[in-house]
Amino acid sequence: MKDNLQLNSEGKLKHFLSIEGLPKELLTEILDVAESFVGMTDQQIKKVPLLRGKTIVNLFFENSTRTRTTFELAAKRLSADVLSMSIATSSTSKGESLLDTIRNLEAMFVDMFVVRHAISGAAHFIAQQTAPHISVINAGDGQHAHPTQAMLDMFTIRQIKKEFSNLRVAIIGDILHSRVARSQIQALNTLGVPEVRVIAPKTLLPAHVESLGVSVSHDLNAGLKDVDVVIMLRLQKERMTSALLPSESEYFKCFGLTEEKLKIAKPDAIVMHPGPINRGVEIESKVADGPQSVILKQVSNGIAIRMAIMAMAMQKQGVM
Amino acid sequence: MLVIADLLNQLEAELKKTIIERHLVNPLMIGVRTGGVWVAEQIHQRLQITDPLGLLDITFYRDDFSQIGVNPNVRPSQLPAQVDGRDIILIDDVFYTGRTVRAALNEIFDYGRPNQVILGVLIERDGREIPLSPDCVGASITLNKGQRIKLTGPTPLAIEIQTLTVAA
Repeated sequence: MKDNLQLNSEGKLKHFLSIEGLPKELLTEILDVAESFVGMTDQQIKKVPLLRGKTIVNLFFENSTRTRTTFELAAKRLSADVLSMSIATSSTSKGESLLDTIRNLEAMFVDMFVVRHAISGAAHFIAQQTAPHISVINAGDGQHAHPTQAMLDMFTIRQIKKEFSNLRVAIIGDILHSRVARSQIQALNTLGVPEVRVIAPKTLLPAHVESLGVSVSHDLNAGLKDVDVVIMLRLQKERMTSALLPSESEYFKCFGLTEEKLKIAKPDAIVMHPGPINRGVEIESKVADGPQSVILKQVSNGIAIRMAIMAMAMQKQGVM
Repeated sequence: MLVIADLLNQLEAELKKTIIERHLVNPLMIGVRTGGVWVAEQIHQRLQITDPLGLLDITFYRDDFSQIGVNPNVRPSQLPAQVDGRDIILIDDVFYTGRTVRAALNEIFDYGRPNQVILGVLIERDGREIPLSPDCVGASITLNKGQRIKLTGPTPLAIEIQTLTVAA
């Protein structure tokens, strides 16, 4: 999917649908702008007037807690009016098509859609179909992309490790079903991380995964060696339609991150997880809550990064 | 001809006078990025203010966001102390339309409720667009159409009046 659709004629962000097709400079700009929003927590009034008078609709066709709430908080801290819709309460359950839903919301003078959908390409489709003044942000589409999650992960990595150019990053677990992993791999490669490893059983890796620009390992012990950043992924049981694993306990034994196994990584390695965590399945509680875990920092950073992306996508809205 | 040392001397003298007249107690100084911070660093030293200098980046408070967007060089604002109940000296380099000061005041008030704020600028020029004015100035000048003031710094701090060439 080529995403020039994401940029306006001046190369500025218009929609944020995928990391693919975005230049390093733009990703860095997002991280830099987010930096200033982090400092906002010192303010008594944690709000800036940037998007005053703008209306943002969170269109969640798939469940989410963290992503939806951080998008909502981010929009509110930018002073936008925000409406969160979820599928269960919407008229799509009465048979309305996606396009009709969009047309109806457009008629209510909406400025931005934040879209989560179980079908890959849904946000892209809406960006192509919607009125030209409206920006679309992808909050996760099927197994395709979850670019704001990837950016908040990049932000967290930069916050702690400062540079990308000397890092070894391991992504561990259910790569096959993970839109987060795809976006992370693209972001890490774009930002110049020299070595990205994926570690998973063969059944949880997409075909030709190496073509994404990663090295592959099926052995956690070997894969963790000298790693600076350990990214654990959730086992997405709800998306597993066939028997891909013998059992959860077997999976934990081979690919679960324990204190013992974490010692193989560098002593100052950080442990990340996009959430929600399956404790005792892909990660031991002692690690998830341990000193090397930055999992809650990721959640906090999610607000700042989403503020940056929403603000940048709303600038010069009229320019195409 | 604008001489930076004269401007700083005059601004310092006016601020000292105003601090007494307005009964400022242990004031907190805040500079507006970028030029205002350069001026504030000098004045902060001259007035021997004890609290560290506060740095304000007004990018997120500008009123022209929908036209110019987010400045990618935005940096976090740093206000080192509580703002509530404080006497604040706000410093900027050039006072022109007044819009920067409006944005700066809005941002400061999101950090807390100061006791009072006074505004000092190195240069006040013509072209005001909203009913705000500085309390202390290094100089007040009127520029011709197409002229603007350019400050470079931080060291050496220098100032010049540029004439923009307009395409025919």
